[in-house]
Amino acid sequence: MKYLLAALAVSMTASAASAQSCPSWQSGDLTLTNAWSRATIGPARPAVFYVEIANAGSVDDSLTAISTPLAEMPMLHETVVTDGVATMPHVSDIPVPAGSTVSLAPGGFHGMLMGLTAALAEGESFPMTLIFERSGEVTIDVGIAAYAARGPACQPDDS
Amino acid sequence: MPTRRQLILGAAAVVATAAGTLALGAWRSRRNPPQTDASPLPLALTEMDWRLTSQRGVPVGPGDWIGRPALVFFGFTWCPDVCPTTLINISDWLEELGEDAEALTIALITVDPERDSPEVLADYVSLFDARITGLTGTPDEIARTAAAFRVRYEKMPREDGDYTMNHTAGVFLFRPDGRFAGIIDFHEDPAFAIPKIRRILT
Repeated sequence: MKYLLAALAVSMTASAASAQSCPSWQSGDLTLTNAWSRATIGPARPAVFYVEIANAGSVDDSLTAISTPLAEMPMLHETVVTDGVATMPHVSDIPVPAGSTVSLAPGGFHGMLMGLTAALAEGESFPMTLIFERSGEVTIDVGIAAYAARGPACQPDDS
Repeated sequence: MPTRRQLILGAAAVVATAAGTLALGAWRSRRNPPQTDASPLPLALTEMDWRLTSQRGVPVGPGDWIGRPALVFFGFTWCPDVCPTTLINISDWLEELGEDAEALTIALITVDPERDSPEVLADYVSLFDARITGLTGTPDEIARTAAAFRVRYEKMPREDGDYTMNHTAGVFLFRPDGRFAGIIDFHEDPAFAIPKIRRILT
């Protein structure tokens, strides 16, 4: 039995090591996790920024801006499909209501990083500052996944 | 500026087509309220007339796709969210279809021919799946192609002089005989995509 438990422990460690769990950041009642981006072909194309924001508090908050040394013009956008036509309007803020989780994720809200100072390379990361109406600023580290990645390279925290 | 002129021509063609459709609808049912079909359906491939260039520099027309089922969508490689997401979805479908996917023609037609040269498309498409063909052409050729698919696109200038594109985002399905078979919408439940594709494979 002891051996079995030891084997189990080893295998669990091994599976955890194959994809590290995504880091999370705290700012007041907000928890930010699953932050990721995709590698870009050169610096001319805009990059994307995704993250998950949970508000455990009892007061609504909203994400009003993002900023990173990697891009001269980072903006918040939402992909909207109307009559089959996809548009990507700029959004002035992304609400993070009390007690709920908001995802910046493919096909919905996302950060669009224009005017890149360098191409984004898979496996690297960059700092991103998120500015919230109530919780203020929080700077997180955004991992860069592959060009064709569906999600972060780290193991998403689904809790 | 040839591009702007072309877009206006393209828009005019779409408006003319829409007006024609509405006129036909009104003629069909004079007493009923006019039809307001915002998204007319693509023509059959056999009724289309356009010629584009693949990422390998090979000319391609709608006739080249007759005989195989086809998945066709419009996008552009400077697009940070919609286009990678669509390409990733398609890669997933191809994986799930396994060997059956070999029968498919899969094409991305750019709505941004100014930036998407065959070389740019080659670099981009290869990141997702080698079976996807990227097609580009002159702004005139793209406008003509988009009109045949009833696809709308629009250049959205930004303050810094750069621009992005609004465009029809679904994936069009065509049967081997060229008939239009349906659309997989951008936000469609992935569970419905595979059965839709299987229907054109038979």
